[in-house]
Amino acid sequence: MRDAKRTIEICHLYPDLMNLYGDRGNVIALARRAAWHGLTVQLSHVSVGSPVDFRRYDILFIGGGQDREQRIICRDFQEAKGSSLAEAVEDGVVLLAICGGYQLLGEYYQTSTGERLPGIGVLDVYTEAGDGRMIGNVVVESTLAGEPRTLVGFENHSGRTYLGPGVQPLGRVKVGGGNNGQDGTEGAVYRNVIGTYLHGSLLPKNPWLTDYLIARALERRYGSAELRTLDDDIELLAHNAAIRRAMSRPGV
Amino acid sequence: MREIGLRGLLALWAGKIAIRLSRLLGRGGSNLPGRLVRRIDPTLLGKLARQCRGGRIMVTGTNGKTTTAAMIASILGEERVVHNRSGANLITGITAAFVSQAGLLGSVAADYAVVECDEATVPLAAVEVRPDVLVVNNFFRDQLDRYGELEYSVARVRAGIEELAGQATVVLNADDPLVAHLGSSSPQALYYGLESDYPGLEEPQHAADAKFCARCGSPYRYTALYYAHLGKYRCEQCGDERPSPHVFLRDLVRLGPYGSRLEIVVPSGEVLGVELRVPGLYNVYNALAAASVGVALGVPPAQIEEGLGGFSSSFGRMESITIDGVTAFMTLVKNPVGFNEVIRTVLEDDGDKPLVIAINDKFADGTDVSWLWDVDFERLARSEAEIPFVVCSGIRAEDMAVRLKYAGMPPDKLLIRKDLGQALEEALRRTASGTLYLMPTYTAMLEMRELLQRKGYVRHFWEA
Repeated sequence: MRDAKRTIEICHLYPDLMNLYGDRGNVIALARRAAWHGLTVQLSHVSVGSPVDFRRYDILFIGGGQDREQRIICRDFQEAKGSSLAEAVEDGVVLLAICGGYQLLGEYYQTSTGERLPGIGVLDVYTEAGDGRMIGNVVVESTLAGEPRTLVGFENHSGRTYLGPGVQPLGRVKVGGGNNGQDGTEGAVYRNVIGTYLHGSLLPKNPWLTDYLIARALERRYGSAELRTLDDDIELLAHNAAIRRAMSRPGV
Repeated sequence: MREIGLRGLLALWAGKIAIRLSRLLGRGGSNLPGRLVRRIDPTLLGKLARQCRGGRIMVTGTNGKTTTAAMIASILGEERVVHNRSGANLITGITAAFVSQAGLLGSVAADYAVVECDEATVPLAAVEVRPDVLVVNNFFRDQLDRYGELEYSVARVRAGIEELAGQATVVLNADDPLVAHLGSSSPQALYYGLESDYPGLEEPQHAADAKFCARCGSPYRYTALYYAHLGKYRCEQCGDERPSPHVFLRDLVRLGPYGSRLEIVVPSGEVLGVELRVPGLYNVYNALAAASVGVALGVPPAQIEEGLGGFSSSFGRMESITIDGVTAFMTLVKNPVGFNEVIRTVLEDDGDKPLVIAINDKFADGTDVSWLWDVDFERLARSEAEIPFVVCSGIRAEDMAVRLKYAGMPPDKLLIRKDLGQALEEALRRTASGTLYLMPTYTAMLEMRELLQRKGYVRHFWEA
């Protein structure tokens, strides 16, 4: 099979800092599924320090972190990596950012103490800490891959993110707070960048999204993407169980 | 009666009746009785606690609170101790424990109080209980959905220490930078840690929480890493480093799931030889913490040795239960660091290791199951030849199965039985003889015990 020779390079940004709530499960899912699709997977880590040319990677991932860690990343974005990341995004790199990582891709994140951390602005969104955390299981309906599909995850954030005209929402919340608890949106999409509040981990229980990201990455590098049909029985059981669990969330 | 006043007496009796009722209804719950007592007399806990004149000990930190507290009670002598041994560690549970152990006229006969305390409850409990010794074991991420952030737990404990302002000896784990740093708020810190050449980890685990200097934010350099972020660390940037422990482990022989043999050096220079009957490095740390409390209270070394040696498993912590010829080890799993150590300990055992992993997501378990992705199940999967099957159970059984599939466990070894009774039956049917490992989260453990107790295999925990 021709695909067997294809390679996919995944880069996990700041795994030592932005690693709340099992977000590394997303990288595990990407690497596993890429291998099951017959791709050769190369996985690397990048943390604080020297600049990196992100265009050479196929998929970038950045997870959530606490305020302290976000401050460190914010500085590293300003000093070393922000512009390279923005260039890679324009070049079509696939980038998934969760929670704290999502916030820092926007214009700014204002913490509960009023401190304003500048983001790198690749997503036309801004975030401000609000009163009370939005915590619980979430169900989102997304048309990212055409037909409406569900995404399940777990949110835990006090930041309220508001979308500008330069992005599309990842989906509409069926259960949960989403971006800001008001406008019914969850996440933001621009080119091949997805920012979202969904932990869970997100990708293992939403295999269609994992495959969507892998397909986008293959199209960018090879011009085409044909993925195998995998046995997702266990994943779908977990997906459906998470929907049932979310339906029991108070107030649903 | 003189000690607690009329109002206190009323609260005490109401509490005692409520506790009795809740037991008759078959629940060991102490939250409601505790709340009732505090509604009637919010000062009762303080009035009962101050009668324990030999010493009041408070234990906090993410992992090992229940076991450490039980070890301390074992050293001091169970019959001389008031103790919230079922692990109800919020202020209501602590109150209920004192109420249930006080006499009808409000006198407390015990010399000591050993109080396990939730991190966020420390400032309040410190004011009411006024501990002479406060133990902080470790800080790991745990149930983040409940408190938001790890920093918050650390800050609450620090506030408690500041509240006690030099009136208590603070016993701190030197190997955990987040804990050791609390020493800066307390001149009277007694540190414990590992000094043996215990073979550490090859690489930091994903669940490590403090790889960056607590003072300046630069990366720590570890010359030894024992588990999670516990080890010998130093910040090259600002010079912040692990304090030298006053009570330390000199030698260690690990005996798989059956325990460890330890040599502990105390400040007098004496060496304690302890046969610990509970397994894992995490219990070695718990034993060091308990020994340090003994040292702080001036307990003779022989009594510390005896207390630790006589200690067997506390509620749900690697209990062994014999079920129709099968030896089942039941151990609570609640966060990545704890689960990693359970896996490490289980893999030390020879022979087949069939597993039942039961994941619930109720409030007491933590409603977010994302933490499963921080557990190093890849290590388990690498030893899959020794694991004939894993029964995934509980409310989030499917999440557990997905996690194991992505860790590399062959899907045909994964069985999903959401119902705990069915899970146990299935596992026992497939385990004709030998050993079975049960790994439930908190509420799954209560359910599992209930099931086993109905069949007569384990006792009610409040009778234990």
